[in-house]
Amino acid sequence: MKRPDLRERLRPALRWETGLIVAFLTIVVLGTEVSNKFLTQGNLFYLCISIGELAIMTLPLTLIILTGEIDLSVASTLGLSSAMLGYLVLHGWSLGWAFVVVIVLGVAAGLFNGVLVTRFGLPSLAVTIGTLTLYRGLAVVILGPNIVSTFPQRYTSIGVNPFGNTFLSWSVVFFLILAVIFGVALHLTPFGRSLFVIGQNTEAAIYAGIRVKRIKLLLFVVSGIVCAFAGILYTFRLSTAVQDNGLGLELNVVAIVLLGGVSIFGGKGSIVGVVLAVAVYAALQNALFLTNFPQRAFGIVTGCLLLLSVLVPNAGSFVRRARAAMRRREARSRPAVEVS
Amino acid sequence: MATVDHVQPRPPSARRIRSDKLIDVAYRLRAFGIVAALALLIVVTSVVQPRFLSGQEVNFVLGNTSIMALLTLGEAMVIISRNVDLSIGSVLGLSAYVSGSMFGRLHGVPAGVAIVIAFLVGIGVGAACGIVNGALTTIGRVPSLVVTLATLYIIRGIDILVIGGGQVVASSLPNAFFQVSLKNFHNVPYLMCAVAVVIGIGAYYMRSYRSGRDLYAIGSNPDAARLVGIPSGRRVFTAFVLSGSIAGAAGVLWASKYGTLDSTAGSGYELQVIAAVVIGGVAIFGGSGSVIGAALGALLLNTILAALYVGGVSPFWTQAIAGAMILVAITIDRLISLQLTAALRRRRSREAA
Repeated sequence: MKRPDLRERLRPALRWETGLIVAFLTIVVLGTEVSNKFLTQGNLFYLCISIGELAIMTLPLTLIILTGEIDLSVASTLGLSSAMLGYLVLHGWSLGWAFVVVIVLGVAAGLFNGVLVTRFGLPSLAVTIGTLTLYRGLAVVILGPNIVSTFPQRYTSIGVNPFGNTFLSWSVVFFLILAVIFGVALHLTPFGRSLFVIGQNTEAAIYAGIRVKRIKLLLFVVSGIVCAFAGILYTFRLSTAVQDNGLGLELNVVAIVLLGGVSIFGGKGSIVGVVLAVAVYAALQNALFLTNFPQRAFGIVTGCLLLLSVLVPNAGSFVRRARAAMRRREARSRPAVEVS
Repeated sequence: MATVDHVQPRPPSARRIRSDKLIDVAYRLRAFGIVAALALLIVVTSVVQPRFLSGQEVNFVLGNTSIMALLTLGEAMVIISRNVDLSIGSVLGLSAYVSGSMFGRLHGVPAGVAIVIAFLVGIGVGAACGIVNGALTTIGRVPSLVVTLATLYIIRGIDILVIGGGQVVASSLPNAFFQVSLKNFHNVPYLMCAVAVVIGIGAYYMRSYRSGRDLYAIGSNPDAARLVGIPSGRRVFTAFVLSGSIAGAAGVLWASKYGTLDSTAGSGYELQVIAAVVIGGVAIFGGSGSVIGAALGALLLNTILAALYVGGVSPFWTQAIAGAMILVAITIDRLISLQLTAALRRRRSREAA
């Protein structure tokens, strides 16, 4: 009884992820075709380093979008925690305590979003557009025009050195660990299943006894913590804290999550899809970087991918609707005789 | 239907009209609230720092407001229909560059004609972008948040490809073109007056025309709107085309105001405009609010920023305060709507009793 039901539900998701794998392999093949540097260790490390923090921020956002909410303040939280880290180091704090403060700040940022959304009942889109500005503004207040780059090398080397002898950067290693944790939590626990229920039908979730508000609040807090952590990594990678660290990254994060097959309406998506979307995004960006394609115009590719990711699943219904419209027109041109 | 047949069809009672009036009053109060906040702000700031009312400062605020207020018109129409247009910043950038670079190709053409051509080109570019957004949203049935997020990137990318390494420099533009945004009447820019007229027309359209009212209906309940026969697709499409055209026109004005243009013109501006719209009392999920409120939101936002600057608050605080304002505005809206719902429910139960 249960089995076909589950398969039925998994089928569209599987198809989407297969598509992403095909896309990824195509990009790798074309990339090696375009440049013999593509599969070298140095280039792959560069690829990892350029995507790490962005990739980390996609994970909590995936869960939030699954429940039908959105968090646009992720990049500003990253910027705020980076600025706070810089400020504390500038004022002679030890890094250990600075980490604690930054993570607490992340909790506070997420809690603020979550309370406004769940307890005040405000729409998350509007709330996080507000906190997007607010948190970035606080980063500006904290750091002003200062640029802090006096971080101990022991830490900044995390940002620029590979993990062991591999081509993976530390940030990507953290991403993979977090992805496993998030994946298990989402797909293998009752908690994770409840997120899908909330996204598909909030009211049904409430009647089923799921504590919707508390769960959403928790997700926003997790998002705050993870983004603060990404902020620390970002700061160490550049070994500088400035007020505009990570400016404008929020839309990239949203784009990758949607590219991963997560429905913007909530209730549909998977961590595997998002991880694959991260891979596709990073590989494509890197492959184009090796050609003469202007790096800053990469947005065209992001945008087209995003459009494809939502248009392709709709294609079936589009054809059906066109057929229905044609049938209607035919029916209209025929004289109505069947009226009884 | 059969189960309620025995219920007498309720005549349009006086009570019913009064409850409609209550909603009307509440929303009028909301707009009044912005004006009051604006007045309070101006009074307090000018007491603290009389320089705030100097012609130069007024000119500065109104000059900054005019382009943003114009953009809020299109954005408010889209948001009222429960959609969102994130691409306006990119459209503005593309239109600004394309129209600005027109002047280099129009040597020997009288400046007046060249300016008209520039505006037509800019509006055309914007309308084309709006058509793409509208078509993808209504025909492709893709949520507009995703569509316009994608076109935000694509249009900005096209802008970057078109510009290449170059940029439009101020010296290549005719002087008359700068006068479009510079010229003012006792420190009130003519541009501001023109924008006010356009917004007035927009407000009249949204208030009194069926297609304008349809946008509200679609925004408050898309399914119900479709069931009563409103051509939702066509209306939403039109709103997107208008929003795109307005962003195109705003791009030309941007070129006239700043002169030097590169591929970053207007990037990130979309969120500021949406912030102004939300501050102005348009609900982010559509169905309520007014375009005049949205424009007042833009004025309030710019006035606060200027007041902080004049009042000697460190400019580093401006962004944080703008963010806090958005949150305050949506919280107030929420409280008003809760109160309103409660009041209407009380009234209805009294009516039933």
